[in-house]
Amino acid sequence: MAYKVIHYINQFFANIGGEEMAHIAPEIREGAVGPGLGLNQQFKGEAEIIATVVCGDSYFNENIEAATTKIIDLIKDYQADLFIAGPAFNAGRYGTACGTICKAVQDKLNIPTLTGMYIENPGADMFKKEVYIIETSNAATGMRKALPKIGSLAMKIVKGEDILDAKTEGYMLRGIRKNYFADKIGAERAVDMLVKKLTGEEYTTEYPMPEFDRVNPGAAIKDLSKARIALVTSGGIVPKGNPDHIESSSASKYGKYEISKVSDLTSAEYETAHGGYDPVYANEEPDRVLPLDVLRDLEKEGVIGSIHPYFYTTVGNGTAVKSAKAFSEEIAGKLLNDGVDAVILTST
Amino acid sequence: MVKGIEATGIPVVHICTIVPISKTVGANRIVPAIAIPHPLGNPKVDKDEEYKLRRKIVEKSLKALTTEIDGQTVFE
Repeated sequence: MAYKVIHYINQFFANIGGEEMAHIAPEIREGAVGPGLGLNQQFKGEAEIIATVVCGDSYFNENIEAATTKIIDLIKDYQADLFIAGPAFNAGRYGTACGTICKAVQDKLNIPTLTGMYIENPGADMFKKEVYIIETSNAATGMRKALPKIGSLAMKIVKGEDILDAKTEGYMLRGIRKNYFADKIGAERAVDMLVKKLTGEEYTTEYPMPEFDRVNPGAAIKDLSKARIALVTSGGIVPKGNPDHIESSSASKYGKYEISKVSDLTSAEYETAHGGYDPVYANEEPDRVLPLDVLRDLEKEGVIGSIHPYFYTTVGNGTAVKSAKAFSEEIAGKLLNDGVDAVILTST
Repeated sequence: MVKGIEATGIPVVHICTIVPISKTVGANRIVPAIAIPHPLGNPKVDKDEEYKLRRKIVEKSLKALTTEIDGQTVFE
């Protein structure tokens, strides 16, 4: 009999809809749906997707506990051998959902799990230590390459076969060490590596150093009534017409716009350029993303010193970490030069 | 974005809906928002009510900016 697999996908891959349907609650369907059909082919009859859970990306992330409880409840009677989520590629909410639900299924139902996503997906850093995450490309065009890797690791898991190292199997490093007998002793391997390093050849370290990518919190503001506060957003708020053509996803730039004479972001003058969430509410009332109206009132009331005359904006939707880092360093330099004391940064 | 700016020493408060993501990327002062497509608003309530809701979150953010912290802190 074939191993039983349950698959988790979002509203988009279930062909229900895009951002306008991202609010749907979890539901279960018999058999494979969307990318699950491709996964079934990988299993070559040895395993089969018996049910598919579909959930909207916004619903999951806005109701993490409720969504998780509901999904566990939907699948608990299937007696599955494996739970697969995604792959999510570089879709941030989808990746977070895949990681969260995999961990919950492992912990609560004791069923092994597996997912796939792009290395910069925030779900990767959150869950790669606890969940097998196959590394994929950053867009769904990489589906054809991702499925065989997911399929092959899936079969090893259900059959209880030895799972090899991260690089060989294609999953992200989990920080787990396993003893094995090497052909050469450590001293020889170290010298080999050193020689390669000296001659400029490629080599792989056996002990990668952890990266501590953290910054210390800035010191607290002492006197708010004298502070100059800047507004920054990754929610894509721009003057109507998006004059600098900031891209709706994978943004390659940010915008700087004057607001010294503006006390309210109206739908007539502003909108969002972001393509990663339903834009209806932000376009109707852009203050819902960048709260200039409230901050202007607090300025008038003397609660804060002043609002920095420019706001900075970009679209945080599949945007490369490298780009976001570059934007923020440039923005930071300008804010520092302009004597800004504190920043309110909003994200959608 | 948050880290790039805060690296200069300017304190940053991050208002966002998915707090776990904000924590993972390394924001230090975090204020939870309402919903992904409308972090500082709620289209289901009337204008005045919605303004009050937004104001509350902004005031919480200002409080976060005036609070000395040692590490990542979520201001509920």
